[in-house]
Amino acid sequence: MIPAFGSGWFALLYKELLRFWKVSFQTILAPVLTALLYLLIFSHVLESRVSVFDGRVAYTAFLIPGLVMMSVLQNAFANSSSSLIQSKITGNLIFVLVTPLSPLDLFAAYVLGAMVRGIAVGLGVFLVTGWFAPLSLAHPLWALAFALLGSAILGTLGLLAGIWADKFDQLAAFQNFLIMPLTFLSGVFYSIRSLPPFWQALSHFNPFFYMIDGFRYGFFGLSDVAPATSLAVVAVFCLGLTALTLLVLRRGYKLRH
Amino acid sequence: MIPAVEIINVARRFGAVQALAGVDLVVEPGEFFGLLGPNGAGKTTLISVLAGLTHADAGTTRVLGHDVVDDYRNARRLLGVVPQELVFDPFFTVRETLQIQSGYFGLRDNGAWIDEILHHLDLTARADDNMRALSGGMKRRVLIGQALVHKPPVIVLDEPTAGVDVELRQSLWTFIRKLNRDGHTIILTTHYLEEAEALCGRIAMLKAGQIVALDTKRNLLSSFAGITVRLAAAALPAAWEPRVVRRDEGSYLLSLGDYADLEHLLAAMREAGIVVEELALQEADLEQVFLRIMARHS
Repeated sequence: MIPAFGSGWFALLYKELLRFWKVSFQTILAPVLTALLYLLIFSHVLESRVSVFDGRVAYTAFLIPGLVMMSVLQNAFANSSSSLIQSKITGNLIFVLVTPLSPLDLFAAYVLGAMVRGIAVGLGVFLVTGWFAPLSLAHPLWALAFALLGSAILGTLGLLAGIWADKFDQLAAFQNFLIMPLTFLSGVFYSIRSLPPFWQALSHFNPFFYMIDGFRYGFFGLSDVAPATSLAVVAVFCLGLTALTLLVLRRGYKLRH
Repeated sequence: MIPAVEIINVARRFGAVQALAGVDLVVEPGEFFGLLGPNGAGKTTLISVLAGLTHADAGTTRVLGHDVVDDYRNARRLLGVVPQELVFDPFFTVRETLQIQSGYFGLRDNGAWIDEILHHLDLTARADDNMRALSGGMKRRVLIGQALVHKPPVIVLDEPTAGVDVELRQSLWTFIRKLNRDGHTIILTTHYLEEAEALCGRIAMLKAGQIVALDTKRNLLSSFAGITVRLAAAALPAAWEPRVVRRDEGSYLLSLGDYADLEHLLAAMREAGIVVEELALQEADLEQVFLRIMARHS
């Protein structure tokens, strides 16, 4: 049963949610399984060899929030980018473009849809991996704030990538050469304090590092950077990307010729 | 009265191609209007400008008085567009497709109208099937349904019957005629000129981004006062070549001023020793008018 729609953007959000829900094996369960495999392998190999936060947190427990956040980010990006490029390439985007939906409507619907998928997958990863180590949420609101902002940022990046890419190959390049490296080099699997000084310094230019580190603070009350600093960096990055994306949508770049 | 569609000096260039070169056009409310032209004439670009899919380089376009750029929300609420390409979203059923499209326009409780659309387009039995499971003709009907979900007063049909079988084409036109009778303005582009002749009250012909003819169907047909002769022969006297509007292998379609011209043509062929194998006179129809106008502007 499809609910009555209150306004245009909500219909587009509903479409985005229904779209990934209809293929939930691929969009939700598969990434949860992937994260679980990461946990099983990395925790088995590294649990007794890696010390994080001066030994105050077990490696497996340290890894879980990183995997949760990584799943949130990657799936938020995947949702908006794949939806948009599929619509562009198959041509059905025309049904959205001929409607009274404004650039803000399009932005809100695509990004919220991406956030819902990212957070749904993150929740699934948390529920499945939480059995493997004792976890507590020391500051749940901090964790929630970083999950929301992180998924919004990646949903927005996905929207931009979907607008920019003309073919799946270009989107895959964006994903594999930008999103994946930034995610993997953000401290998901390690604390940046374990890196040499040069790489530690470089990590501070990676906005994904602040998302993961701030999210992890929500669990342990411990982080590599002060959480307020991370929140400020992430919020400014989110605002900047939002402004850029709204400008791109307003101009109709690669959407309206 | 506010025109249904008002296009003022609209121009659009794509690289070296001038797709639209200062088009002026007014379509009145309630008209069944035909937009004809060869491939690449600019028909789809003009429709895209109207629908907000393409930005014009210059000029103004309004739908029932609402500018398609400055007041795009209202302009798009008043317009329904059936695109030329057979596109669909493979994730959804027919009913979901129409409900979601309806939602984009902020419409609540639109189920009764969606049921009516499904009925008129003979899609009721397939309403809960995925779009992928439909034939090409059925997908095209859903496209038409999507353009109608918000009951737009102005409906643009860009080649709506391409690839559609004859039976379905007839039922489709019955439905579109009903919409026109109910007050909807219809703008049609088609390559089937007999369809345009049967349906449209007024016709514009586009070529190379310019309107080369714009008149009522009656005036266009009556302006074609001459006669058309189709004849089969091995060759044609060179002096008569300019009168040829279409040439197939061993067959010529000629546009003549009157019957005296025909007499002269036959005399010229006898004199040149060319045997006329077959000869037929044709009533003036829109296709001949179209061919003549296009030839005049080539």
